[in-house]
Amino acid sequence: MPGLSTVAHRAPAAGVRIEAVNLSYGDNHVLKSIDLDIRPGEFFAFLGPSGCGKTTLLRLIAGFNHADSGRVLVGEKDISGLPPWKRDIGMVFQSYALWPHMTVARNVAFGLEEKRVPRAEIGPRVTAALELVGLTGLDQRRPAQLSGGQQQRVALARTIVVEPKLLLLDEPLSNLDAKLRVQVRRELRELQQRLGLTTIFVTHDQEEANTVCDRIAVMNHGVIQQVGTPKDLYEQPANLFVANFLGTANIVEGQLIGDGASRAFEVAGGPKIPIPADRAVTPGARMVFRPQDCTIIRPGESTGPDKTAAAGTVTYREFLGASVRYGVRAGTADIAVDCPFHAGDTLHEVGAAVSIAIASQSVRFLSD
Amino acid sequence: MGPGFRRDDGGVGARPMNIALATGRARARLSATPGQIALAVGIAAFLALFLVWPSATVIYVAFTEKGGGAFTLVNFADFFRTDLFLRSFWNSFYVSAMAVVGASILALPLAYITSRFAFRGTVLIQTLGFLPLIMPPFVGAVAMQLFFGRNGSVNLLLDDAFGFKIAFMEGLNGVIFVQSIHYFPFILINLSAALRNIDASMEEAAQNLGSSGFRLFRRIVFPLAMPGYIAGASLVFVKVFDDLATPLLLNVKDMLAPQAYLRVTSIGIADPMGYVIAVVLIVTSVAAMALSALATRGIDYSTVQRGGGGLARRVLRPYESVLAYLTVTLILLLVLAPHAGLLLLSFSTVWSFSPLPDGYTMAHYARIFGESSLYIKNTLIYASLAGLIDVVLGTAIAYLVLRTRLVGRDALDWAASAALAVPGIVLGIGYLRAFYGVKLWDGTPLASLWIVIVLALAIRRLPYALRACYAALQQISVSLEEAAENLGATKMRTVRRIVTPLMMGGILAGFVTSFATAAVELSATLMLVQSNSDAPLAYGLYVLMQSAAGRGGGAALGVIAVVLVAVCTILSHFVIERGRAIPPAGH
Repeated sequence: MPGLSTVAHRAPAAGVRIEAVNLSYGDNHVLKSIDLDIRPGEFFAFLGPSGCGKTTLLRLIAGFNHADSGRVLVGEKDISGLPPWKRDIGMVFQSYALWPHMTVARNVAFGLEEKRVPRAEIGPRVTAALELVGLTGLDQRRPAQLSGGQQQRVALARTIVVEPKLLLLDEPLSNLDAKLRVQVRRELRELQQRLGLTTIFVTHDQEEANTVCDRIAVMNHGVIQQVGTPKDLYEQPANLFVANFLGTANIVEGQLIGDGASRAFEVAGGPKIPIPADRAVTPGARMVFRPQDCTIIRPGESTGPDKTAAAGTVTYREFLGASVRYGVRAGTADIAVDCPFHAGDTLHEVGAAVSIAIASQSVRFLSD
Repeated sequence: MGPGFRRDDGGVGARPMNIALATGRARARLSATPGQIALAVGIAAFLALFLVWPSATVIYVAFTEKGGGAFTLVNFADFFRTDLFLRSFWNSFYVSAMAVVGASILALPLAYITSRFAFRGTVLIQTLGFLPLIMPPFVGAVAMQLFFGRNGSVNLLLDDAFGFKIAFMEGLNGVIFVQSIHYFPFILINLSAALRNIDASMEEAAQNLGSSGFRLFRRIVFPLAMPGYIAGASLVFVKVFDDLATPLLLNVKDMLAPQAYLRVTSIGIADPMGYVIAVVLIVTSVAAMALSALATRGIDYSTVQRGGGGLARRVLRPYESVLAYLTVTLILLLVLAPHAGLLLLSFSTVWSFSPLPDGYTMAHYARIFGESSLYIKNTLIYASLAGLIDVVLGTAIAYLVLRTRLVGRDALDWAASAALAVPGIVLGIGYLRAFYGVKLWDGTPLASLWIVIVLALAIRRLPYALRACYAALQQISVSLEEAAENLGATKMRTVRRIVTPLMMGGILAGFVTSFATAAVELSATLMLVQSNSDAPLAYGLYVLMQSAAGRGGGAALGVIAVVLVAVCTILSHFVIERGRAIPPAGH
């Protein structure tokens, strides 16, 4: 990779620690006791719906918001009191924020000029940064003459050219079209790996977070709901919000009955699911499982080991190609069931009486 | 519609406009409804008659031999051989440039402080910032003499305390001083708008890369606001260059506009020199505006994103706060000095050689309401009619340009906007020359009718109203109209039931701008008022202010003018706000 030697992040990557951060705007408590530990070189995501506080937290790290209490440490150094321009943290803005009165080259050179890098060094570093993001030859263009994807690369080049300790990306893919988004997120991941730069990525799109990031902090209402790898979050969600936000989940209300080895979860007018002995279940919890963790079985077919059968009626059918999603009403519960589709399979009709088998081991019991 | 079209063509002087329309006529038939064509032709005829013809007449006379009809450059040669004219030209240029500097010094801190910091007085500043515009500058000149003149309050106090005086108001200084204060809102408004349109992320990105303080302002904020500043500054330059009454009232005669006026009124309407000066005024105005357009060509730096709120407003530290309030208070005191002086003068018995009036009286108001209520009535009629004409034309032109494919529609827009480049005094001279020869049935010349004043005012203010209507229509999504047509409404009914109600705020804003500025306009009307009974307020003011005895009454009339315009503006503001309470759909 030519140019990499001049741009590559030579200083060891820095970790980030956020300690007991609180932030309010008047009565609106935007961030509530946030604690986070982001490892050096990690690609980390803040994931959550709009208004959950993820961008506020990112801007707080960059220095554009100020915590009411708590600290932010980058590489063991408390930066809470520093203004944005003394933090040495790179940020790519959602709007890219390219200055329209400057050429691409001037945009990229800006940070180096502000840091008083010797003139002779600026030119080669700008060229190398543009090369790194694949924009060689566009240095004399104005931002308005570039496509959305190119603007995004300029914004990225402008930020990494100054070799920041930490890279913040605020919804960097949201202004790109769907196809480009897949391509750019792959490139982002590659670039991050190559530079070994600790990176925080803010997004509301679980697919983006899952595909790009090492670990994710899921946020809602200013609270971190769970931190983990994409697989952990999907397999072992800590609460209903996380289960529902990452992928599709069946969330079923019911009653906890029996005790000891005969504990079960009973859906009114529907199935009774035995609860494995090692599962702790809090009162009022709901049963959660993924659509692919249950199947429709034909009359006479056996349910299979460790599975509970339930009778129901097909309420809708969506043909998705690789699989078919059925809605099945069993008692008071509406359950989504994903059945793999193979050529030649016949489909169940809406209104048909079917039985579904739920794998007991895949079921979790979660609260809000 | 064909024959009707032809008949309209016959209007005197309609030729220049119709050339553009004629070439597209065949195609226009295919792409526009007869009603739209009729509308376009009507507007074209109006503009041709009351803008193009008078202006063309002025230019024509400047380039022809006196008495004869032959083309000549001799008049211009005379202009450049006469010391007085060259000095006038240089003085006008110098005063305009210095007024831009002065206005910038007043406007920059106000715009910056109000748009960049969390500042308590923002709304107050923006409201007070408009006040100078609703008072004729020459009225302010009189009040400024009282405060800052050789024997005004400030110099008397300075002389008492330190034994020296400052020549604020001597010669050209006075014109620069008064004009800076009067026209600085143009820069304030444009610059504030430009600053508001800068997205916060523009600044944050720079901070993120290590920039802060004045460097950040110099490298990012100011360049991004530059187009707004240039737009405001060029307006100030042109306005000051064209202004007639202020230098006249301050007794500065060696500037271009006063020279043109004096030539025409003292030597006569046939003297070519007035016309030559008028052409120089037009050329300079056009050049200044073209230069500013060239400088900002192709750069639209407004970068506010959806939901973005412009620059982040920083909370001031205590010492910064004191400094900011001090600056703002000083500037506002200066800016409002003309109003304060006028108010004092209107209540004073005698005010000379003393910091404040000797005594107070209501006599001036009594006199004004008795004798001069005619001026007020005339002004209300003239300004309302002019405003009405402007919004009707503005709405129609905006509709034709934005919603039809009529050939030549851009020419209409261009022609209406071109009125900006025609100084008031030039239009006045043009009207006199062009319409004096047109006699009515009883032999009175057309130029002596009061309706001509209304037309001149309407033409002068049309560009402002047009911009307001244009902006209003631009904000209405075409799909709203298409939905109405889809549900069975004809074009006419759609315009009446959907477009016009949605545009109402913009139309009203256009009307107020036209009305408020027309009410205090003098440059064009000074030439056109033929009898005292037809005179508008500004004219009456001018007459009263010229004599020391009339100043008290003049001041009272001035106060009434300011209050009148302010009340109308505030009223319409409320109406606009109430209209906004209805949630606008589909933006």
